[in-house]
Amino acid sequence: MTGDKLHVTSFKENFYKATKPLVIALWLALLFIPFKGIRAAFILFLALAISLVILKVGNKLLGTRNRLKDKCLLLVTRYASLITHHSSFITRYLLLPLLFFLPFFASDYFIDVTILAGIYIILALGLNVVVGFTGLLNLGFVAFYAIGAYAYALLNTKCGLGFWSALPFSIGLTTLAGFLLAIPALRLRGDYLAIVTLGFGEIARLVLNNWDSLTKGPNGISGIAPPAIMTVSFGKLSYYYYLVLLIVIMTVFITRRVYSSRIGRAWVAIREDETASSAMGINTTMYKLYAFAFGAFWAGLAGAMFAGKMQFVSPESFTFMESVLILSMVILGGLGSITGVIIGAIILVLLPEVLREVQLYRMLVLGGGLVLLMIFRPQGLFGGKECHS
Amino acid sequence: MFLQQLLNGLTLGSVYALIALGYTMVYGILELINFAHGEIYMVGAYLGIIFLGFFTAIGLTSYSLTLALFLTVLLSIIFCSSYGFTIEKIAYKPLRNAPRLSPLISAIGVSIFLQNYVMLTQGATDKVFPPLFENSAFEFLSVRITSIQLFIILTAGVLMILLRFFVRKTRMGKAMQAVAQDKTMASLVGININTIISITFIIGSGLAAVAGLMVAIYYGLVNYSIGYIAGIKAFTAAVLGGIGSIRGAMFGGIILGLVESLGAGYISSEYKDAYAFIILVIILLVKPEGLFGRGV
Repeated sequence: MTGDKLHVTSFKENFYKATKPLVIALWLALLFIPFKGIRAAFILFLALAISLVILKVGNKLLGTRNRLKDKCLLLVTRYASLITHHSSFITRYLLLPLLFFLPFFASDYFIDVTILAGIYIILALGLNVVVGFTGLLNLGFVAFYAIGAYAYALLNTKCGLGFWSALPFSIGLTTLAGFLLAIPALRLRGDYLAIVTLGFGEIARLVLNNWDSLTKGPNGISGIAPPAIMTVSFGKLSYYYYLVLLIVIMTVFITRRVYSSRIGRAWVAIREDETASSAMGINTTMYKLYAFAFGAFWAGLAGAMFAGKMQFVSPESFTFMESVLILSMVILGGLGSITGVIIGAIILVLLPEVLREVQLYRMLVLGGGLVLLMIFRPQGLFGGKECHS
Repeated sequence: MFLQQLLNGLTLGSVYALIALGYTMVYGILELINFAHGEIYMVGAYLGIIFLGFFTAIGLTSYSLTLALFLTVLLSIIFCSSYGFTIEKIAYKPLRNAPRLSPLISAIGVSIFLQNYVMLTQGATDKVFPPLFENSAFEFLSVRITSIQLFIILTAGVLMILLRFFVRKTRMGKAMQAVAQDKTMASLVGININTIISITFIIGSGLAAVAGLMVAIYYGLVNYSIGYIAGIKAFTAAVLGGIGSIRGAMFGGIILGLVESLGAGYISSEYKDAYAFIILVIILLVKPEGLFGRGV
C-alpha cells in the first residue's frame, strides 16, 4: 500500500519503519530470556538487530526491496541448474571414478560414513517416489525401513537364512506392508494422510519395542551376519562399500527409468493435478498404491543393508526423527529431482560428520532449516516445481 | 479399581482436551496441523519449573507460595502465548498461500527446533518439578482422589467453559467463527484476519501452557520429549471429536484419556501410547469428520 508515489510518508511512518528491525530483535530476544538468561538474550538482541539493520541497509543500497534475498536465490538456481545440466558428465567422468577408487585412499572412518550415506540415498530415493513424484506426504517412512531391517535380522538369527536368500523375503514383506498401509490410507487428503502414516510409523516402533519374545524389545537383535557371496563375506568395510555403491547405482538407475516411464509420468500427473489426471484416464488410486509400494520396496532394501552393515538392530534407530531426517533430505535436495535428493542425502549425512562441533546442533539446525527452506525455496535446492497436496 | 482408572483417565483426558483445543482452533481457521503445538505444551511445563525455581531463588516462594505460584502460571501463559504468536508470524504466515504441504513441513521444522532448543538449554535428562504442597488425598467410594487431580479436572473444566463462552458470545469469538467459515467473506465484512489468527494462536498456546504446568505438577517430572507424544495424542483427541469443533476437542480428549487409562489398566500398559495411534488411524479411516463434525 505504501508503494504509492503520491503518498507522502509522514514522520511517524518513517519512525516505525526505521525502528521495526529493532522492535523485532527486541521481541525475539525477550522470548529467549527464560531459557538462556538475560545476558544471552542481550547478546542475541545485538546480533539480531545488527544483522537486520545490515539486511535493511543492504536492500536499500541494492535498490528495490528483497533484492538481497532474490539475488541469493538466483545464485542457488543458477548453480543448481548448472549441476543438473551437467550431472551425467560429472557422474561419468568425475564421481564414479572417484567413488570407485575411494577405499584405496580414504580412511576407514570416511568409508563408514560413505556407506551410511549410501544407505540414506537409497532411503531418500524411495521416499522421493512417494513425496517427490506423487506428492503424498509420508511421515512414517521409517516404519518400512524398520520392517526391512528387522525382517532380515529375524530371518538371519532365527531361521539361519543368509543375506541373499533373506533379501527377497525382507523386501517383499516391506512392499506388502506398503500396499497394506496404502489401501486404507489413500482415501485421505494430504495432511490427514501424513498423520495416518505417522501413526503407522509410531505403532510399528512401539510393536518392535514391546514384542519382547520376538524382537527382544529395546535391547535389539545382535549378531546379524553380514552378506556373503560363496565364502567371501562382505563384513570387511571396503567390500561392503562396493556392495552399497553397486546397489545405490542400481537404485538410481531403476528409479530414473521408472520416473520416465508411463508409471512415473502418471505419478507426476497426480502430483500436479489429481482431478485432471483422473479425467485423463489415470487410475489415481492404483498409481498411488504403486508409489507407496515402490517407495517401501527401497526402504526394505535399505533396511536389510542397514541390518547387514550394523549387524545389530534396535527400535532406537527407527524413530520419528529418522523419518524427518529422510524427509529433509528429499525436501532439501528438491522434491522429485533425483540428483537433488542424492545431494540432499549426502549433505545431511556428511555435513554433521565433517563439522563435529555442530553435531549437537544438527537437529536444531535441521528444524530451523526446514522452516527457512519452506519460506524461501519450497522446491528445494534442485527442484524445479513445487509440490502440491 | 475400575472407578480409580476412570478418575485417572478423566484427569489425563482433561489435559489432552486442553491441548486439543489449540489444535482444533488452529485447524478450524487455517486448516493447518500445527505440529509445534505439542512442543508449546512441553515448553509450558519447563517454564513452570524455570520460573518457580527463580522465585524460590529470590525467596518469594517462602514468603508467599500462592503469589509465587500465581506469578509462575501467569508468566508461563504469557511466554507460551508469545511463542505461539511468534511462531505463527515467522513460520506460518509467509506460507498462507503456499501449497498445503509447505506449512505442515514448516510446522514439523518448528517442532524439531523447539524440542532440540529445550534439550540443548535444559539438558536431555528429566527435570523435577519441586514438590511444593502436600498432595492431600481423600477417599470417595473407595476411590483415592488427590487434590491435584481435582484441581486439574476443575481448572480444565472452567477454562473450557470460558473458551466456549468466548467463542459463542463475544464479538471476537464470533469473528473467529466467521473466519473459520469463510476467510474471504470475513475480511469483506471488516474482520482483520491476521488479528484473529494471532489471537487463535495466543489462546491455544495459553491453554497448552496451563496443560503443561498441570502435567508438571501432576507427574513431578518433565522431559524435552514429552511434547511430541502429547501433541499426537491431543491431535488424536481433536480428530476424534471432529477437528474444528471445540466441543469435540473436549469430549475427544476425555474419551482418549479414559481409553488410555482403562486400556493400560485392563489390557496392557506397555502399549499405552499405541492406543492413541490406533484410535487415530481407525477414526481417520472410518469417520474422518469425527464424532461432532465441523465448525468452531
